[in-house]
Amino acid sequence: VTAVDFAAPLRASGNLRRRRVVNRMAEGVATLCALAAVAVLGIVVAGVFARGADALSLDFITKDPPLFGGPGGGIAPAIVGTALIVAVATAIAMPTAVLVAVYLTEFAGPRAGRLVRLALDVMNGLPSIVIGLFVFGLLVAGHKQTGFAGSLALAVIMLPLIARASQEMLLLVPDHLREAADALGVSRWRTIVGIVLPAALSGIVTGTVLAVARAAGETAPLIFLSSIFGNQVTLNVFGQALPNIPVTIFVLSEQADPAGYARAWGAALVLLTFILLANIAARALLARSRRRMQG
Amino acid sequence: MHLRRIDGIGETLLRALCLLGAAVSILAIVDIAYQVFHGAQPAFARYGFQFLRDSAWKPNFNVFGAAPLLYGTAVTSLMALALATPVGIAIGLYLSLLAPRGVRAVVGPLVEMLAAIPSVILGFWGILVLGPFVRARVEPWLHDHLGMLPIFGAPQTSGSSIFTAGLILTIMVVPIIASVSRDLFQTVPRELTDGAEALGATRWELGLGRALGEAIAVTQVIGAGSLVHASLFQTGDTLASRIANQFQGAVGKLHISALFYLAAVLLVFGIATNLFAQWIGHRFDRQVAVAR
Repeated sequence: VTAVDFAAPLRASGNLRRRRVVNRMAEGVATLCALAAVAVLGIVVAGVFARGADALSLDFITKDPPLFGGPGGGIAPAIVGTALIVAVATAIAMPTAVLVAVYLTEFAGPRAGRLVRLALDVMNGLPSIVIGLFVFGLLVAGHKQTGFAGSLALAVIMLPLIARASQEMLLLVPDHLREAADALGVSRWRTIVGIVLPAALSGIVTGTVLAVARAAGETAPLIFLSSIFGNQVTLNVFGQALPNIPVTIFVLSEQADPAGYARAWGAALVLLTFILLANIAARALLARSRRRMQG
Repeated sequence: MHLRRIDGIGETLLRALCLLGAAVSILAIVDIAYQVFHGAQPAFARYGFQFLRDSAWKPNFNVFGAAPLLYGTAVTSLMALALATPVGIAIGLYLSLLAPRGVRAVVGPLVEMLAAIPSVILGFWGILVLGPFVRARVEPWLHDHLGMLPIFGAPQTSGSSIFTAGLILTIMVVPIIASVSRDLFQTVPRELTDGAEALGATRWELGLGRALGEAIAVTQVIGAGSLVHASLFQTGDTLASRIANQFQGAVGKLHISALFYLAAVLLVFGIATNLFAQWIGHRFDRQVAVAR
C-alpha cells in the first residue's frame, strides 16, 4: 500500500490549471467590459465638453439665438423653456406619484396593487415617442402645440419613475414606527402624513431629481408637442410652444450647418452638465438617507 | 369627539386622494392605448395587416407599408441586444462579485451614469463622431474580414448606417442590462439593493423596450432610406425614427394615421415584452423564494 500523499489535491493538475486560466480570462473579460463602459462614458462626456466649450460663453446662456441663423447668439429661450416645461411636469407628476406610492404601500389590496403596479410598469416601458403621440391626440390635434402638452408627456414619463422610487422608500420605513404610532392611538392618516412620508422624504426627493434629469433630456415627445417656436424667451406655458434644449439639439443636428453644430454642441454641454450634476446630487442624497435609515 | 371627526375626514380624504392617483395611472394607460389605436384606425381599416408586409412608403400616393421599418427596428434592436447582453452581464458580474468595494462604489454609478446621457446627445455624438469613425475604419475592416456574410456587405461611402445606430443603441442598453444583472447576482441583502434598484427603474425589460422604442438617436444616426437591405452597412429606418421624422410634415390624414399605426405596433410590442419579462421575473422570484 502506497503512502497517502496528503499534498496531492493541492498540486495543480492539468485540469485545475486550465480552470484557473479560464477563470482568470473570464475575470479579465468582465473587468475589461466594465472599463469599456466607463471609457465610453468618458469619451462621450469629454467629446461633448471639448466641443461645447468653444461655443460656451456668458452670451451663450443669456442671449437669444440669431434671427436668421449664422454664428453668435445664445440659447437662453431654450434653457428657460426646458426649465418651465420640466417644472410643470414635476408639479403634475410628483404629487400623483407619491399618492400612487402611498396607495400601493398603505391601502391597496393584493389584486388592486398588482393592477396598479402593472400599469406603472407598462407606463415605464412605453417608448417616449408613443407617449408623445398620445398627448398629441389628446391636446394638440385640432388645436396647437403648447409647452403644457410637452409637460404632460414628460409627466407621464416621470410618474412611474417617481412612484417606484417612492414606493421602495416607503417600504423601507421600519414597521415599528407605524406600530409605535398605532400604540399611541394616532390615527392612520396622521401616521402616514406625519411620520411615514417624512421618513421617506429624502428617497422621494432623490427619485424626483433623477426623474427630472431623465425628463430634461427627453426629445421624442417634444418634437410633436413643443417644437414650432420662436426664438425669444417666453413664459407662456399654456398658450404656445416653448423653445427647449432637446429639440434645439435635434433640429440643429439634422441640418448640415457648421455654425448650427457648434451651437448644438454648446446646448448639449449645458444639458449634459445639468443632468450629470442632478445624478450626482441624487446619489449623494440617497447615500446619506440610507445611512440614516440604517443607523 | 371633535378630533375623531377630523380624523374620519382626514382618513377618508387621504384614502380618496390615493385611490384617485392610482386610478389616474390606470386611466392614463388605457387612454394611451385608446388614442394610439384610435389614430391608427383609418390606416388599419384601409390596409389591414397587409400594412406590415408591404415595403413601399409613398405618402403622396397614399401607399404605406411598414416592412422595411419592422426590419430596421428588428435589426438594430437585435444587434444592440446581441452586443449588449454579454457585455452587460459581464459588467454585472464584475460589479457584484469581482470588484473590490472601493472600485465598485465608483464604477457602478459611472456605468449607470452612461444611461443618463440623453439619447439626443448620444445621437448627435453618433452622427458627428462615431459615424465617421465607423464608416472609415470599422465597417471596411469587418467587410474585408467577414465580407462573405451578407450582413457585412459593401459599406456605403456617405451617411450613417444601421450598424452605427445599433452601436448607439448598444451604448444605451448596456448600463440597463448591467445594473439588472448586478441586482440579480446579489439578491441576498434584498433591502439594501431595493433602494438602488428603485433609482434607475432598472428593470431588465427596459433594455429591449428602450432598444425598440428609441426614436431620437436612431433618427439622427440613420440616413432615411426605405428599402430592405441585407447589409448592416446600408442606411435604414425604424418604426420610431419614421414617426419622429415624418409626423411634423405629414401630407394627409392617412399619412398621420399610418404613423399612428406604426406607434400601435410599437405599443403592442412594448406591452408584450413587458408582460413576458414580468412573467419570467415572477418565475424567478418564486424560485428565489423557494430556494430560501
